[in-house]
Amino acid sequence: MWVSIQNLMKVVFAAVLLAAAAMALAGQTATYRAPRADGGKPDLNGIWQALNEANYDLEGHNARPAMALRPGPYGPVPAAPVLALGAVGSVPPSLGVVEGGEIPYKPEALIKKKENQENWLSRDPEIKCYLPGVPRATYIPQPFRIFQNASQIFITYQYAGAARNIFLKDPGPAPVDSWMGQSFGHWEGETLVVDVTGFNDQSWFDRAGNFHSDALHVVERYTRISPDVISYEATIEDPQVFTRPWKISMPLYRRQEKGAAILDFKCVEFVEELMYGQWRKKPLDK
Amino acid sequence: MRHRFVALAGLPAIAILLLWTAFSAVAQPAKTHGVRRMPDGHPDLQGTYDVATLTPLERPSGSKLVLTKEEAAKLETGAALRRAQGDQALKGDRPAPPKGGDGSVGAAGNVGGYNSGWLDPGSTYNVVDGEKRAGMIIDPQDGRVPALTPEAAQRARTARARPQSDASESNDPGLDKTPGAYDDPERRPLGERCLLGFGSTSGPPALPNYFYNNLHQIVQTPDAVMILTEMVHDARIVRMNAEHLPKTIRQWMGDSVGHWEGDTLVVDTTNFTGKTRFRGATADMHVIERFTRVDDRTLLYRFTIDDPATWTKPWTGEYTWPATDEHIYEYACHEGNYALKDILKGARLRDKEAAAAAKAAK
Repeated sequence: MWVSIQNLMKVVFAAVLLAAAAMALAGQTATYRAPRADGGKPDLNGIWQALNEANYDLEGHNARPAMALRPGPYGPVPAAPVLALGAVGSVPPSLGVVEGGEIPYKPEALIKKKENQENWLSRDPEIKCYLPGVPRATYIPQPFRIFQNASQIFITYQYAGAARNIFLKDPGPAPVDSWMGQSFGHWEGETLVVDVTGFNDQSWFDRAGNFHSDALHVVERYTRISPDVISYEATIEDPQVFTRPWKISMPLYRRQEKGAAILDFKCVEFVEELMYGQWRKKPLDK
Repeated sequence: MRHRFVALAGLPAIAILLLWTAFSAVAQPAKTHGVRRMPDGHPDLQGTYDVATLTPLERPSGSKLVLTKEEAAKLETGAALRRAQGDQALKGDRPAPPKGGDGSVGAAGNVGGYNSGWLDPGSTYNVVDGEKRAGMIIDPQDGRVPALTPEAAQRARTARARPQSDASESNDPGLDKTPGAYDDPERRPLGERCLLGFGSTSGPPALPNYFYNNLHQIVQTPDAVMILTEMVHDARIVRMNAEHLPKTIRQWMGDSVGHWEGDTLVVDTTNFTGKTRFRGATADMHVIERFTRVDDRTLLYRFTIDDPATWTKPWTGEYTWPATDEHIYEYACHEGNYALKDILKGARLRDKEAAAAAKAAK
């Protein structure tokens, strides 16, 4: 009534041009445009989860009898502390999530990685329910929820109840080192880019002993590529441990079951017997 | 033509705005108009809040809800004085405290733990409707938690030395007064075990802990509202307009679902575990919280608690959450928890010494 057909066509044409320009800028293949969240950015709200074996070992690997092994007469067998788990304690195979296949360790760091792997039971922070760090929080095999609007982005992880605020205004240098680091996010076209610094040297990348120092710097990229998939990439830089930056990538899937929710996984309680059982007044039978 | 459209469209819009404003003023308590809103029209409750305050949950028996200016000034000055005394540096060459403690009433026991420089317990009484409050409880009118039911009183007598979520950081009467309290990690306070912050800081009900780390952050989306409690990085997810989880699914902070009543976010929480025992309550405790933005920097937080197996009637409290510009940093409690092991280990050493002494006495 108030807008002529010609004017309407002009508006539509301008919108098409704008959308095309935005996609070109974002380097997208113009196949998928995510719904918008409050604030007009791609909507990452929801419950997501990785579906892969990265938490066992980021690098490609064959299936193994167990995470903790000992030499057997004809090759490695499960070490005594995990023997009772049988097939439940074995490691599923994977082609790996590391671009180029191998993590570029410095020679001395590779020695430490192997020691870590051999001492997995006593060294992996996941065994003690410690905070997972980044990017391990993303692909530890439990769901996480992204909260997003125009002014805030926040991620809550089911594993260990880890929580992570993503600053959208520059918070300045991290004032103190932490397990989850300090996250500062910005949008590059369709992609949320999160720069994570201020890590301590305590978390691992997986159950295979892959580690980092407190010089770790992670840049994550979250891009929605379909209604129920986020493409996730993390570039990992740590000049004290690696010869060059390296990258992992994987899809993250939306948890689609009705009523999907982040539930309690306060594993601190579950490791009390392991960590403090010997100091009971009456220790339990071994 | 366009100008005319604006002019014509403008009149009804102004009329609607006026009507809406008038309606809001009638339907809602004052002060809710003019607050900032989310794109879905609901008030924007987001922000970081520091709920540290001197106002206790229960006010002293026989006292009034509202403090006069003079009363508040006197109490706050007294608190500042005690704090200044507590800020005095400890002498490096002081002797060990006497066996059994030196009787100091400071934080972390009576052998001299933190001095007050480490603490951030709040320095003022909480302000509601422009007045300082002597306590949080508004119902019952005497400002006190209602009496325990006989069965709850019985539970309290039999379930000694078991953790409660509202226990304070320094609530540790000592080995002799609480038999068995050091026998197993499960009998230690939840805060000491890094399972939740002490003093019901995460709740619900979320209360000040009168010690430190009293920050919360709220992130709000149409589907869910996230309430982060600094200690211990506990993010409670309030699912909006959702059904409660099945009764078989139990959670440390319960299961929270929310809806809007006008400009107030109402959060209903059930499905607790039997492990928090807030003031002795059961896993069937029911908490209803009401979050209302009263101005750009302040939320009003009201909570009603019902557990017929514990209290003779429901009770309600309220206090305001003032915004802070501070950032919340990671409270990695369990990751650095050397204390729990050493506390248990110390108790075993005492057991050993006691056994040796008994043997020598024979």
